[in-house]
Amino acid sequence: MTRFAFVRYLLPLAVFAVIAAFLYKGLWMDPREIPSPLIGKPAPDFDLQALEDPTRRIDRKDMLGKVWMLNAWASWCVACRDEHPVLVEFSHTGLVPIIGLNYKDTRREGMKWLTEFGNPYQTSGFDDSGRVGIDYGVYAVPETFLIDKQGVVRFKQIGPVTPDLLRNKLIPLIGRLNA
Amino acid sequence: MRSRLPWSLLAQVKRVTTRWAARVALPVALALGAVSVPAGAKEAIEIGENPVQERHMMDLASELRCLQCQNQTLAESNAPLAVDLRQQIREMIAKGQSDEQIKQYLVARYGDFVLYRPPLKADTFLLWFGPPMLMVVGLASLYLVLKRRNRRADPGPITTDQHERARQLLAGDEENQA
Repeated sequence: MTRFAFVRYLLPLAVFAVIAAFLYKGLWMDPREIPSPLIGKPAPDFDLQALEDPTRRIDRKDMLGKVWMLNAWASWCVACRDEHPVLVEFSHTGLVPIIGLNYKDTRREGMKWLTEFGNPYQTSGFDDSGRVGIDYGVYAVPETFLIDKQGVVRFKQIGPVTPDLLRNKLIPLIGRLNA
Repeated sequence: MRSRLPWSLLAQVKRVTTRWAARVALPVALALGAVSVPAGAKEAIEIGENPVQERHMMDLASELRCLQCQNQTLAESNAPLAVDLRQQIREMIAKGQSDEQIKQYLVARYGDFVLYRPPLKADTFLLWFGPPMLMVVGLASLYLVLKRRNRRADPGPITTDQHERARQLLAGDEENQA
């Protein structure tokens, strides 16, 4: 009788519980968040014109020896509008230099954005072709990378940086990387 | 009346759909046709210089996922990133790189997720073998259940006593009816 009860009632219940647990977890997972294969790998090289000044170049190698943040943004990007004030405020702390990657934008629109909403970036690379974006696996701006002193990517955020993320993840990580 | 009702209803439906088609569907279809692809074409169209390489690029792109619109292939999508990546693949093919090298290039940037056929490794073991394993479990339990049911249903050969009793019962039945 106990065996019968197990097969009849408990087994289906157990199967249901397992499936329900997976589906429940699936409810809170974002299919757009794809783990980046770049984490733990050297940040791809780039050598871009500065958005502000076509005659000045920004080379990734110039950032070696510093913990820095790379933020892909564009004036056409709606979510960047939410993120921008957070970055501006974070830039006042001076914890890390933020380098912008102005992704598939025009110089005019990009510059207008910075004058209008403030400029949290030390400088921005002008990636109008999106080639550097491809090298960094950017597919949904805004995206943010944290890169350590050796030039290794330590963290990637897909979508806007939030005050929560800064407080709970990025600032502690920056502290550890700078230690 | 009963037989006419469905027909009048049908005529009504037809009137409504025709009107709808003329007012909404047709202009929409025309507008779509004007801005996007020619009728019948499923893949996004661009002009490549070399038709053979273009075919090759499209074949390869149809095995790769567009990350901006995740349920389309790179070949089907008109998302800006898909257009850029097709251009990238086109250039890599022109440079004589192999399909494997091109896939490696994309996996290094976007992960295995770009491949519609994920590689077989420890991470993807369940993905590949989970469904067949579930099927084996399902078939095995079906077999066991059916076997048990069969055994329960079959009481074995009847004894002479039972046979005699059945004969008597049937005989009695005939007498009652007669």
